Amino acid sequence: MSIPARTPVLGERNAVISGIGQSAVGRKLGRTGISLTVEAALAAIADAGLTRDDIDGVASYPGAMDSSPGMAPTGVPELKDALRLKVNWFSGGGEVPAQLGAVFNAVAAVSCGLANHVLVFRTVNESTAQTAGRRASVVGSGGSRIGGAMQYLVPFHAVSAANWVGMYAQRYMHQYGLQREHLGQIALNARRHAALNPRAIFRDPLTMDDYMNARMVSWPLGLYDCDIPCDGSVALIVSRADAAPDLKQVVRIESIGSALHGRDSWDQREDLTTMASHDAAKMMWSRTDLKPTDVDSAHLYDGFSYLCMQWLEALGFFPKGEAAGFLEGGESRIGLGGELPLNTNGGQLSAGRLHGYGYLHEACVQLRGEGGDRQVQGAEVSVVGAGGGPLGGCILLTKDR
Amino acid sequence: MTFQPLPMVTDDNAPFWEGGEVGELRINRCRECRTWFHPPAPVCPECLSMNVGPEVASGRAKVAAYTINVQAWSPELEAPYVLAYVELDDQPDVRLTTRLIDCAPADVRVGMPVEVTFQAAEDIWLPLFRPVKGY
Ligand SMILES: [Zn+2]
Repeated sequence: MSIPARTPVLGERNAVISGIGQSAVGRKLGRTGISLTVEAALAAIADAGLTRDDIDGVASYPGAMDSSPGMAPTGVPELKDALRLKVNWFSGGGEVPAQLGAVFNAVAAVSCGLANHVLVFRTVNESTAQTAGRRASVVGSGGSRIGGAMQYLVPFHAVSAANWVGMYAQRYMHQYGLQREHLGQIALNARRHAALNPRAIFRDPLTMDDYMNARMVSWPLGLYDCDIPCDGSVALIVSRADAAPDLKQVVRIESIGSALHGRDSWDQREDLTTMASHDAAKMMWSRTDLKPTDVDSAHLYDGFSYLCMQWLEALGFFPKGEAAGFLEGGESRIGLGGELPLNTNGGQLSAGRLHGYGYLHEACVQLRGEGGDRQVQGAEVSVVGAGGGPLGGCILLTKDR
Repeated sequence: MTFQPLPMVTDDNAPFWEGGEVGELRINRCRECRTWFHPPAPVCPECLSMNVGPEVASGRAKVAAYTINVQAWSPELEAPYVLAYVELDDQPDVRLTTRLIDCAPADVRVGMPVEVTFQAAEDIWLPLFRPVKGY
């Protein structure tokens, strides 16, 4: 399968991110999904300099569902109705190229004129929803029979993404000599940056000894390779670039990667040392003249440290198989003053599992120069990648110039 | 009801989930070009023939990747236990996610030969795998 030829004008260039908003983020906030969502949505609308009446589209991932407690408490209909939005276009669901799929849909909608200002959101309240017997992020913890792809994983007690990702990580370590210490650099880096982010959840220093001595979850993934469930919502406004000339600040969309050329499956993917991220990244770079060396900050899915490493590789920050050599550089590679500042807000490992949208929010913060103590000086190009296994989507963003 | 969810049996997946009753690992195969494929589907992914159906695979496979699950997720199964993606000897690009039994966590290796063994659970049979004796 080949990637699509470049059209004379790329549709994503017709769309901008005109506003961003984030609710309170934390552990056991005791808030409903819709409460968090409205807080983030109103913040994003105000940030864009718009009003509720300007919003004529809504998109979200993955749609409201109850299969994993708190993972998707709020869908598009609930927010539309709460705010009495009069929309020309809307879309919510999970059968998209990972978490950012809702953003890609919004970009497509504004680019072809179905809407002018699409409110995109992602809300979780996993921390509050966790109760005895209903553990967050354990598939099928509702108890009923299951179908679809999960039926071939869960009955064997491969119930957690830690298991599925753990097998990929083990294979890569076997094939390319990656060590746990290398993945530890991603966890330590996230914690260093979280210390600079007042809204991060875990901000105390983390040492390599802490990382190596923490309890194992699913070899080779230990406690600090896994992100933390939290409560929170992120919203952004995707606007048609020419729809509102007085937008006060925008982030430009340079290119999108939404491809999946491998099997849509955890266990059937042809090369177990790559993921959907590799397919998506290839497409994203095919739609821009920018190169990996142009990226000033990277915001890459670290639901597990290994997934973050796969995004770094997929995006071409080091050649295939050479993760160990890249990551052993530690802070000088991926720290704030390093070659490629990574997950400057603390990532999901230390700032909480906002499920892809924390990265998007942070990339916009960096490109708008609003990062405070964690600002990457002169940030003009940022990449966001979300997802793991058969799920992957990425987007290249630039400062408004 | 078990804590661990079991598959919903349908016409498509019944041969796979019920073959264990008679000790058969049934995998879908194309009757035209003889390609094996999984999960079950009504069409061959290679030649697009719809003349496909379950056939009995050898039950032999090799470990492609594994993880040692240490965290206890369910009261039904004591950790640690070994999970693996195994590739079938019949056609290595057909993989199954499974649990390895009779295999100490320290002994599992990529490339290790394993063979199917079935564990009954309500109305289905789970294809688990164990190391081939003498390996
Ligand atoms: Zn065929």
